[in-house]
Parts: sequence; C-alpha cells; structure tokens
Amino acid sequence: MCNRRKIRIIDVTLRDGSHSVFHQFDLKTVASIVGALNKAKIDTFEISHGDGLGGSSIQYGYAKHREQELLQTAYSATVSAKLAVLLLPGIGVKEDLEMAYQEGARIARIATHVTEADISKQHMVFAKDQGMEVIGFLMLAHMVDENKLLEQAKLMESYGADIVYIVDSAGAMDPEQVRRKVNVFKENLKTEIGFHAHNNLGLAVGNTIAAIEEGVSTIDGSLAGLGAGAGNAPTEVLVAVLEKLGYDTGVNLYEIMDAAEDVVRPIMTRPQVIDKAALSLGYAGVYSSFLLHTFRASEKFGLDARDILIELGKRKVVGGQEDIIVDVALGLLNKQ
Amino acid sequence: MAVKVAILGTGNIGTDLLVKILKKDCGLEVGMFAGVDPNSKGIAYAKEMGVATSIEGIESIMSDPSIKIVFDATSAGAHFKHAPILREAGIMAIDLTPAAVGPYVVPAVNINLDGNTPENINMVTCGGQATVPIIYAVSKVAEVKYAETVSTIPSKSAGPGTRANIDEFTVTTALASRKVGRAKSSKALIILNPAEPPILNQNTIYTVINGQVESEKIIASIKEMVKTIQGYVPGYRLKHEPTIDGDKVITMVEVEGAGDFLPKYAGNLDIMTSAALAAAEVIARKIENRCEGRIR
Repeated sequence: MCNRRKIRIIDVTLRDGSHSVFHQFDLKTVASIVGALNKAKIDTFEISHGDGLGGSSIQYGYAKHREQELLQTAYSATVSAKLAVLLLPGIGVKEDLEMAYQEGARIARIATHVTEADISKQHMVFAKDQGMEVIGFLMLAHMVDENKLLEQAKLMESYGADIVYIVDSAGAMDPEQVRRKVNVFKENLKTEIGFHAHNNLGLAVGNTIAAIEEGVSTIDGSLAGLGAGAGNAPTEVLVAVLEKLGYDTGVNLYEIMDAAEDVVRPIMTRPQVIDKAALSLGYAGVYSSFLLHTFRASEKFGLDARDILIELGKRKVVGGQEDIIVDVALGLLNKQ
Repeated sequence: MAVKVAILGTGNIGTDLLVKILKKDCGLEVGMFAGVDPNSKGIAYAKEMGVATSIEGIESIMSDPSIKIVFDATSAGAHFKHAPILREAGIMAIDLTPAAVGPYVVPAVNINLDGNTPENINMVTCGGQATVPIIYAVSKVAEVKYAETVSTIPSKSAGPGTRANIDEFTVTTALASRKVGRAKSSKALIILNPAEPPILNQNTIYTVINGQVESEKIIASIKEMVKTIQGYVPGYRLKHEPTIDGDKVITMVEVEGAGDFLPKYAGNLDIMTSAALAAAEVIARKIENRCEGRIR
C-alpha cells in the first residue's frame, strides 16, 4: 500500500475517561494504561482531571491524586508517546500549565465554550512561549452554525494554535453537520483540524470517519470508549475501521485491542453504554460530563434524570456549569 | 456640601457609575468624567447630562484641586500608572480594575476599613463582590476551612478586559475569599454563558466547615448578609434556601442589575459599580467629617 493518508490519534482515556470513574484513577492504573498505549504505539495521550488542569473541586469532583503526581507517573511510564494536558480557562490557570510542562507535558489543549475563544489567548500564548504544541478545543460545537464556529477558530489560529478541534461535547452532532463544519474549516483555516466525539447518539465513530473524509487529520479516541456520557469514540474501534478504510494510524491493532480489553475494561466502575440518560444528553445537547452529577441529583431529589437533562438543554447551559444541575433539580421539585 | 468625585474610564462600568451617582442623592457630585475615547457613548451621555467631560484622561482631574475621590474604571495597566499620581495629589482612589494596588473592599464586610481609610482601595472582582460576603457570613459563625465559588456570567457582560485576563479573575477572587471572607483555603471558577436571551449572573458558593455545623446559625447569618448586600445592590438575592450537605454549605445567589446604563442581565457589572458607590459614600462622609472638624 502506498500513499496512505496519515491520521493522528490522541488517546483521551486518562482525561475524558476521568469523568467516567469520577476522577478516581489511581497511580497504578495510570501507569498500566500509559504502558499499554505505548505498546500499541499511540502518538499522543492526554492526561488531566476530566475538567482539565485545576478541575479537582467540589463543583466537578475531587481527583484521587494530585495532578502533578498523575503527570509524574504518566511521564515515567511513557516511552515514545507524548503527554498532552487539557486546560479550560476560568478553571485552570497558567501556573497549572507551567507545572504540567515541568512534568513533561509538551502539548497544551486549551478548551473554551464554542463562542468564547477569546478567553484562551493568554494560555495559548503562554504555552506557545514554552515551546509546546498548542491545540484549540471549541466545545459544544453543535450549538453554533459554521460561520460562528469559523470566527472562533480564527481567533484560536491567531493566538498560535497548531490545530483547532471541533468538539462535540454533547455527542449531539450528526455526520452531515460534522461534514459541513469541517468543510468550512478546511476552506478557511491554515491550521490542522481535529475532531472529538461523544457517543450519546451512537455516532461517535461514524462522525469521526465523516470528519476524516472531509479533511480532519487529528482525532480523539478513548480505550473502550471510557469517557463522559456514553463515552468517546473507542480508540481500538477507530484503529480497526481506519485500517480497513486504508488510513495509516501507526497504531498496532492487536495491542490497542488488548489495552482496551485487558487494562481498561477491568477498571470500569459502570458500563460505558448509551443508557437512557446518556441518550438524553445527545438528544438535548447537554455537556456529557453532567451525566454522573445528574444521576446524583436525581437520586437525592427523587427526580427522573431525563427531566433534569432536558431542562438543562432548554436553559442552554455550557460546560462547567455543574452547579446548575442542583439548581434545576430544586426548580423541578418546586414545580411538582 | 457634596463631595466632588471624578470618574476615569468612560466605558460600560464608568458610565453606569455616572448614571448611578446622578440618579441618587448620595452626597457626591461628579466634577469630571474623563477617558481617552472621544467617540464613547459614555462621553456623549455625560455631555447630555451637563457633566464636565474630558478625553485627556487623568490630566483633566489633576487640574481640579477640588476633586477628592476618583473612581478608576480603566484597566489594571492604566491604574498602575494612575495610582501613584493620585496618591501624590492626596486624592482617594477607588480602583475597579484588577490592579489591586490597595486593599480589597467588599462593602458588606469591611467598608469601615478598621477605622483608617487607605488612600487606595480595590473592589476585587464582580465574582468576589457576589461571593465573598457569603463566605464571610459563614465565617462569622463557623470556621471555614475551604471556600469554592462558581460565578457564571452572561457572555455579553464580560468585557475585553475580563476576557483577556481571565486568570486574574480567578486568582483575585480566590485571594479575596481568604483575605476578606476569612476562608482558610479557597478556589474560584468563572464560566461565561452566551445563551440568548442572556441569563442572569449566578454564583454558587460552597463553604466547607471545620467542626460542628450549626445549620440554623449559618443559614441565619447568610440571610442577614443577603439583606445587608441588598441595601446597596437591590437585585442581589438567594436563588434557594442555602443547603447543608454534611460539612458543606451550598449557597446560590443571582444578581439582577438595576438597568441604569447597562442592561438588567449585567448584574455582575452592576454589583461592581454599586459596591464602588457604597464605598465612596462612606469615604465621602469621612471626608466631610474631617472638614467640619477643621472648621470647628
């Protein structure tokens, strides 16, 4: 085979997967996942609290270990795979990025709500100055049209982003929407384009393939799909499908299957499936990490999780507003 | 006799402050409304209201020795330049930028400044004005070992200054939670929400208590504090009865603006200008007393 197009997969098990285990990864698990990813020849993996550096809090859930420890463990376990970290301005600060750099992270993924790219400037410039690769992450991208999305991507491009991601945080996009959005980027951006999927509507792999066909070169996957909501596009599935389609991921298929099956499945605390609540996330267009917080509220207040999620969708809440879940639940209780 | 003040900065914050002072009989008289942008809406409005305006910035204030208090609603960078000039001239500075040259002031908590008035005070952040008093209210009746605040503000009311310096917002708010709110440790989060129509500014305050949690005392203290804040920010209110969850107290407040110059959803800006005005009124009274003392 010649001229196979290269696709870079960034594995986010140790970041998005953090949501799925309520940020309770222990150091042994981190080391074994990093080991397995290296064996499979993954290019880059992301490690942070699910809500990015500095996310350990009452609002989002406390992590079992300090970020620095997690990074140190990951860095000593990695052979060739590069470390990426996520940072959401408003939650994490430049000092967190600096710490991550000291501990070996060389890729900074700076995430904002899809309309708020301008709050990422100081972090992008800082990461760039450190010599890090900078990836812009436009979250909940389903909430705006292509023009708005492009306007925001252009801002990130101007701050020095090497790649700008279309992030389907709610798992609410369909392949047609993905194609339209990637197309506009392809025609107007100089940066590489990335795509991050959630499987709430069962479309994570399909949407990712659609994105690649339109020109996306960097994609996110998570072992066994471990991630917020119904999870992400499973890395092992992406590797298999892309290989069949003739793309070059550089990842060893058997090894990545083993990583998912033997390393990640045993540490899952809940099945990574499209249950009715996860499906409601995709249907209502709600940020996927709200899922477990919503389960807690529904249990505490005796409400149907779907009612809370649908109301959150109506209120157009954005990533990070986990406190509004209790607010909405109390509001629903008052109505009853 | 009214105390003469000047407003530096003719943007949203400066202009809202101007409207508030003109609207209220608060013993303050705006002697100068100064900025650098001749085309600002604020300048046009001030002219219409018969207020002296200038686009010469701080220079215009220096030429009027009767001005006793200056509100600085420019930027942190500009305030670092203004602060020493004002100090030299013996003018009291109320700093609405994140420069924080002087101590943090949250009127509901430390407006009396322990008796002595520094020459420069800082109004923290909008999130700080909304959340720190609640932390302080809990601190009054319990030991707060940790405070975490989440401020969600409507995107439209987050100006370019806030956006370009979002780290300063979280760092300053968290610091004020400790210095003014008396929490032992703290964290602050800010989220911008672009929903249309705009949401109201909402703040969630988590306080974690060390030792016995006396729910009734804590809730009563929070409610009393809310009333105090309403004295100068009428649109400040509890969203729900504060809830106690183990050693954690969860308080949610929202702030609806007065709709003076800024729209009502911009409660986060309204609480800043209202707090600055409340501080100025107290300072003005002190200045008047001092003058009367001299005459006597």
